[in-house]
Amino acid sequence: MFDQKMEAVFAGFGGQGVLFAGKVVAYAGLLAGREVSWLPSYGPEMRGGTANCSVTLSDDPIGSPLVLAPNVLVAMNQPSFDKFLPDVVPGGLILFDETLICPTSSLPEGALAIPATKMAEDAGLAGISNIVLVGALWEKARFCERDVLDRAIDKCVSASRAALVEKNKQAIMLGIEATS
Amino acid sequence: MSEKTLMKGNEAIAEAALRAGCRHFFGYPITPQTELAAYMSRKMPKMGGTYLQAESEIAAINMLYGAAAAGVRAMTSSSSPGISLKTEGISYMAGADLPGVIVNVQRGGPGLGSIQPSQSDYFQATRAMGHGDFYLPVLAPSTVQEMADLTYIAFDMADAYRTPVVILADGMLGQMMEPVLMPDAIDPASLPAKPWATCGHGGERPHNIVNSLHLEPQRLYEDNVRRFAMYERLARDEVRVETYRTEDADIVLAAFGAAARIARSAVNAARDRGIKAGLIRPITLWPYPTEAFRACDARAFLTVELNMGQMVEDVRLAVGDAAPVSFFGRCGGILPTPDEILSEIEDIAERLGE
Repeated sequence: MFDQKMEAVFAGFGGQGVLFAGKVVAYAGLLAGREVSWLPSYGPEMRGGTANCSVTLSDDPIGSPLVLAPNVLVAMNQPSFDKFLPDVVPGGLILFDETLICPTSSLPEGALAIPATKMAEDAGLAGISNIVLVGALWEKARFCERDVLDRAIDKCVSASRAALVEKNKQAIMLGIEATS
Repeated sequence: MSEKTLMKGNEAIAEAALRAGCRHFFGYPITPQTELAAYMSRKMPKMGGTYLQAESEIAAINMLYGAAAAGVRAMTSSSSPGISLKTEGISYMAGADLPGVIVNVQRGGPGLGSIQPSQSDYFQATRAMGHGDFYLPVLAPSTVQEMADLTYIAFDMADAYRTPVVILADGMLGQMMEPVLMPDAIDPASLPAKPWATCGHGGERPHNIVNSLHLEPQRLYEDNVRRFAMYERLARDEVRVETYRTEDADIVLAAFGAAARIARSAVNAARDRGIKAGLIRPITLWPYPTEAFRACDARAFLTVELNMGQMVEDVRLAVGDAAPVSFFGRCGGILPTPDEILSEIEDIAERLGE
């Protein structure tokens, strides 16, 4: 998948960091020299507590930044999982937080259940389960070189919260180890 | 050496304005442009400038009038309903020959409409940004990079022609992030002097007057004629347009801003199917790139807009009887898909084949 066009949806509750997770992946794409776009939901659903973003990494100029048929879905809550699962293209990569999501129907082949919230809490990284999932996604999709992903974290964590940089990088390692 | 960073379109406009020497911003919050004002509120005080959240959009546009009259680079931003409130002030600025940059990050209308992306203020921007006989340049970015570049250009254009300039964006471009390379920062002190500005004469020259009220008919007439001569220069020298795969195209799409991105994908898909499609993307919506259409040898035109069909009128004016012009659009915040547009192109291709 490394050099394919990646059209991803990151979805969950507001506050879980799905927009941030998408931004890290988009920034990694930028640092890798690819065309990238990131588009958040900002409509009424945001006020209702759910959030999602579309992220595209491509070698060609990106048309619509709105991803309607994702080949990657990262889901962090049940409503988002249920909503976006049917949109994923056949063969698409599906990662979901098993701590919070209980699939009600049979899953497509290749869907990955990752107990990201529990893993993050056990490792003293509560609140960074979003980046655990980014690590898992990287292990499966290899959308950039490994060091580029860490540099993307450096770019995305604001200077005033520098203490979080290492924790985010630990979360990436957790996600990679969980799926490798 | 600057490097590409990932920015929201709204923030890219704000940063580019600061780099263009804008040190005065007057705004009022409205989705989906609020990040622009928020960015200004963080950065402007640190640069010795003025960020002011006005009590209303009407107050903000009149503050822009005042700052522009004093000769400084200044900006206001809003979204569709808020822009309607500003139009009285914009007309006054045009009548007083005041430069200033006005950003409209469009949302669906009419009325309060929605907060989702839209291009339904095309008529307003290109025809009637207020009462009276006037036009103003309307720049339509299609990428986050252009959000920055066109904002930067807008300040120069406003000063050079002494006119308000509109950046017509939309909620999609405002909210999305893309890589952007920022233009170099200009020191406001290095900008050309504005000898007409009402910034204090220190007893060394007659006082300047900035005003749009001319009770004497002859005076107002001459004022309008002089301004329309300026519009002619603008229309001659400032038209901006991008053409894509139009050289041999049978079917040429016309789309601006967010819609142009999707139309471009549809053009590529049509080419993959052996249909000779192309795209004209007006970057200045006023002055309109009429010549780009007349230079095309297309057999049919299709305009694609996030509205019920507004720019299609300008395309028909440009094309005349040379070829049929049809329209495809979505409104209310729904983005058309490349497949939907492709299907329109295929229908046209089929009709041409008959």
